[in-house]
Amino acid sequence: MMTNNTALELRRVNKWFGPVHANKDISLSVGRGTIHGIIGENGAGKSTLMSIVYGFYQAEEGIILVNGKECLIDNPQASIAAGIGMVHQHFMLVDTFTVLENVILGVEGGARLTDGLTKARKELLRLEKEYSLEIDVDAYVGDLPVGLRQRVEILKALYRGAEILILDEPTGVLTPQEADHLFRILNTLRDQGKTVVLITHKLREIMAITDNVSVMRRGEMVAHVATKDTSREHLAELMVGRTVLLQVEKEEATPGKTIMKIRDLSFIDGEGVLRLKKIDLDIKAGEILGIAGVSGNGQSELLSVLGGIDRPSAGSVIYKDEDITNSRSFNARNLRKIGLGHVPEDRHRSGLILSFSAKENTILGYHDSPNYNKGTTLDQNSVLKTCEAYIEKFDVRPPDPNLNASGFSGGNQQKLVLAREMENDPDILLVGQPTRGVDIGAIEFIHKQLIEMRDAGKAILVVSVEIEEVMSLSDRIAVMFDGEIVGELDAKDATETRLGLMMAGVKEDPTSEQLEENKAADS
Amino acid sequence: MIEVKSKFGSPAKVPAWVNLALIPLINLAAALFISGIVILIVGDDPIQALEVLFYGAFGYADAIGYTLYYTTNFIFTGLAVAIAFHCGLFNIGAEGQALMGGLGVGLAALYLDFLPSWVVIPIAIATAAAFGAFWAYIPGYLQAKRGSHIVITTIMFNFIAASIMTYLLVEVLIAPGGQSPESREFAELSWLPFFHDFLPMPDTPLNVSFIFALLLSGAFYYFVWRTRWGYEIRVVGQNETAAKYAGISPSRNIILAMALSGALAGFVGVNEVLGVHHRLILDFTGGFGFVGIAVALMGRNHPVGIFIAALLFGALYQGGSELAFEMKTINREMVIVIQGLIILFSGALENMFRPKIESFFKRKKTTTAARA
Amino acid sequence: MIKQFKIAVLAAAAVAVSGVATADEFIPAIVFDMGGKFDKSFNEAAYNGAEEFKKSSGIDYLEFEVTQVSQREQALKRMAKKGASVIVAMGFAQASAVEKAAKAYPNTKFTIIDMVVDLPNVQSIVFKEQEGSFLVGMAAALSSKTGKVGFVGGMDIPLIRKFALGYVEGAKYANPKAEVFQNMTGTTPAAWNDPTKGGELARSQFDRGADVVYAAAGGTGIGVYQAAKDAGKLAIGVDSNQNYLHPGVMLTSMTKRVDVAVRETFATAKAGTWKAGIRVLGLKEGGVGYAVDQYNSSVLTKEVIAKLEAARADIISGKIAVTDYMSK
Repeated sequence: MMTNNTALELRRVNKWFGPVHANKDISLSVGRGTIHGIIGENGAGKSTLMSIVYGFYQAEEGIILVNGKECLIDNPQASIAAGIGMVHQHFMLVDTFTVLENVILGVEGGARLTDGLTKARKELLRLEKEYSLEIDVDAYVGDLPVGLRQRVEILKALYRGAEILILDEPTGVLTPQEADHLFRILNTLRDQGKTVVLITHKLREIMAITDNVSVMRRGEMVAHVATKDTSREHLAELMVGRTVLLQVEKEEATPGKTIMKIRDLSFIDGEGVLRLKKIDLDIKAGEILGIAGVSGNGQSELLSVLGGIDRPSAGSVIYKDEDITNSRSFNARNLRKIGLGHVPEDRHRSGLILSFSAKENTILGYHDSPNYNKGTTLDQNSVLKTCEAYIEKFDVRPPDPNLNASGFSGGNQQKLVLAREMENDPDILLVGQPTRGVDIGAIEFIHKQLIEMRDAGKAILVVSVEIEEVMSLSDRIAVMFDGEIVGELDAKDATETRLGLMMAGVKEDPTSEQLEENKAADS
Repeated sequence: MIEVKSKFGSPAKVPAWVNLALIPLINLAAALFISGIVILIVGDDPIQALEVLFYGAFGYADAIGYTLYYTTNFIFTGLAVAIAFHCGLFNIGAEGQALMGGLGVGLAALYLDFLPSWVVIPIAIATAAAFGAFWAYIPGYLQAKRGSHIVITTIMFNFIAASIMTYLLVEVLIAPGGQSPESREFAELSWLPFFHDFLPMPDTPLNVSFIFALLLSGAFYYFVWRTRWGYEIRVVGQNETAAKYAGISPSRNIILAMALSGALAGFVGVNEVLGVHHRLILDFTGGFGFVGIAVALMGRNHPVGIFIAALLFGALYQGGSELAFEMKTINREMVIVIQGLIILFSGALENMFRPKIESFFKRKKTTTAARA
Repeated sequence: MIKQFKIAVLAAAAVAVSGVATADEFIPAIVFDMGGKFDKSFNEAAYNGAEEFKKSSGIDYLEFEVTQVSQREQALKRMAKKGASVIVAMGFAQASAVEKAAKAYPNTKFTIIDMVVDLPNVQSIVFKEQEGSFLVGMAAALSSKTGKVGFVGGMDIPLIRKFALGYVEGAKYANPKAEVFQNMTGTTPAAWNDPTKGGELARSQFDRGADVVYAAAGGTGIGVYQAAKDAGKLAIGVDSNQNYLHPGVMLTSMTKRVDVAVRETFATAKAGTWKAGIRVLGLKEGGVGYAVDQYNSSVLTKEVIAKLEAARADIISGKIAVTDYMSK
């Protein structure tokens, strides 16, 4: 059905990557002046689909219609010309340019830059006002916080005349408050007649802001529904293809003794920047301590110091009543030997060697253990057996120990890392972003594993930027902002608003002045 | 964006024989084709040239001896470059390390020749390794601890090695009364046995170093893929962040890999100085260190591939000089052009045909899969 | 395995036999060294000599240009196997290769230039470069206005120091106050073919006041001469007569008659008068000298020539003793 009210329509789009059928017969119709969500697990084909619409890829079959007219979109320029704008997950901005310069990059118009700049400035100020973007066009992009950079991307798309705006996982890097602001902007855009396509895997956002939602699963479009007629549970079921538990089921924790005591821990990185400021934490047996915070506030550094990758600049780490800060054994290799497991935040950068087989990844960090060595020789057989056991226990698919790590999906990669770090029987486990880029089915599994481990009396530290995850998984929550622990609270007392404020750096201090500020920040 | 590909399970796989045999052969064919055109332009018969090249490399016992003798050098330098590659390092200094290895051999053979054969030869081989390793250790150390780029430092060290050799040969080690910068001939007891000493074949420089090179190739495989130290080197080479995460020290492994690389390169000195020339001479390395880079690239840093690539280059060197002998219009510059084209096509332009061929095979698979 | 090798040996023998010429056919051969036959210097002089022989006798010759150290021996042996009657090996670097090849083919005549190999079937031709250099050193000092002259050597090896020492002695003989700047281009064989650096060194010598420069540096000399031309100074060529390169700039060339040596080797071998042993070619034998032709008549004055001729006579008669760096 083609009406004038359809801004974007896809008909029977098919896309293959080699033998992989990434998009199967996708049809989609996005109404003008609506916010349309596309939801699906990682690898369901959402990003591929939008890349086709934006001209990065071309579909082998199928057609794209913009405003009812068939369009050949074979490169991003064609897409822009058709009135489509895209805000990528990773911003494509030049840090050392101002907002204005970034926006006109590529569409400077004329040989003389100044002419273009004057015109552009006028246009930008108009757009900025119209959609209440609240952004200083002369600020350097490098100085802007993440939320504002995202708005620069939006501005860029609008400046290029976008009528249809596609946002790919826009809230991944935002605090809840920033995300709310983004949603307000999107609402304004819709009210002004623009069409917004929001790609996400977060159910909360879909429910909060979209008019319609399309659900993708394994490369197929499985449902189109009006948001008001559906529920989170229903959507989750559509995404995964079976009923899933969104809430982590767990018993009350029974914290034991403190396994790791962190006092006044500071860390100055290679560039001389103070990344951790006098951190105090206790990580107890039988308890999950969650660290919440917007990414880039010192969580990564905390993990890398506690994991023995970097040495602390000051303070102490007391492990099982022994101050190990200055001992020679304070390095990743030896910490593993004395019972520390570490699931890193970024499995691609640190947790796995993507070009190695699953088998070879099984021993990363444990490769000099006597279990895997016979004299000078790596015991291939024992490595293989271990890997097969991990694959079996963690239900890794495909169950092929010789497949390169890059050949597994995100969830299965994460399972490989978790298996390795958990199965070496640590007393304390550091987990960074346990479920980043992991599909819902696997999330459930991973959470269950962590809870089981907790119940077995191990100490667990979880760092996550997913506020929901921290809240549902942790027994205690500490919030980091700018290298500091701004507050610590019992998971039972945590609300999204409370955590959100702390994540923005607002310390909880029940003085009237602070409360005033909180209010101001809230509105 | 590329990531998307891997999200649906295993990425499309191309049959192994395509990767290991078809693509290199197509590259080689393309190089020979262009060379043929060049030969045609200078007015000679390309088919005949190819015949001479092939016959000159493998056609008779002398040729085979020389081909394998060159191959020996290329195996050493190819392995040397490859071990550094496995650690993510680009060792351009195999040439200088080979020179230093030769110096080590020379010193041992010149000053320890009062000892019996079975003592001198192992010591000479060990000093070759030690000198080569030391020469690569310094750039390795500078890279690991000071961040000085390995490419720059190894190039510099080639020059320094050449200068040291010249100084020593001109001023110190020169044979008494001799005028060319060469040492005296070593005592015969320190010479490595030639193949023609124990096999019925004509005089060629082929000596037991060749067997040593093959043994080292096996040891290389074992070390890189079957020991925890090789594992660590590969982890560092693939992903330094992951190495740190796993408690593997990148700097330690960089230094180790470079030292091993230098030692392997140093064995060129064993083949050339102890095996062939029996005296320390100036330019025995003859660019083998640089060709080793191409050998390692073509051989995909695997000893089997390196052997095949080394054999190819050995054949090119020997067949190439045969070309210069037999065909008037093809002088040594032409031979270098042909060798260069082969390096260009199989090394630098390695990826020219690859995507097309790969996608051909992938598509074939997809369509059959889709129909099934 | 052994059997296969035997077959291979037989095949090789067959090839060798088919390649061997009949006894009465005369085949001269020459193996150039790394510089290549067009190095405008040492190897090229040999090439010219071989070409002259070819022109006058109508007999073609075999040739090979070495690019690898190990090719020297291989090439010499290949030539011998192909039935070459006499094989000229260019350059001291081929000494050990000649030694091995000559032992392997005791019935083939070998001639090596610039080096002595003591074997019954080897003729060694060496030159007294110091004598020729002495004369051009005098020419330089006598033609210099500043009293400062320069020397640019190729690779820093004894042979080149031999040139340098003769040159210095000649300059001081002509003008005891003369100052001689010496630079070597490098310490690797690349120094034979680095005109850019040669030019740099010459320019720096000019900056220090030199106005005549002598290059004994193979292909590197090209850069030295160009620098002299650009700076309006004088240069002295080496090995071949290089005066024609820049008429009016080239003061003279220290000729080392490699061409004559090669031509004579081929000719004597053909005539059956070739003899093994050492031939030392100095001023007396006409093996070295300085070039006078139409290209340098404007710069090399008659007075200077007269003095050079006097010195030549004195050297030949032994009145002037020029030091040989090698026997120092």
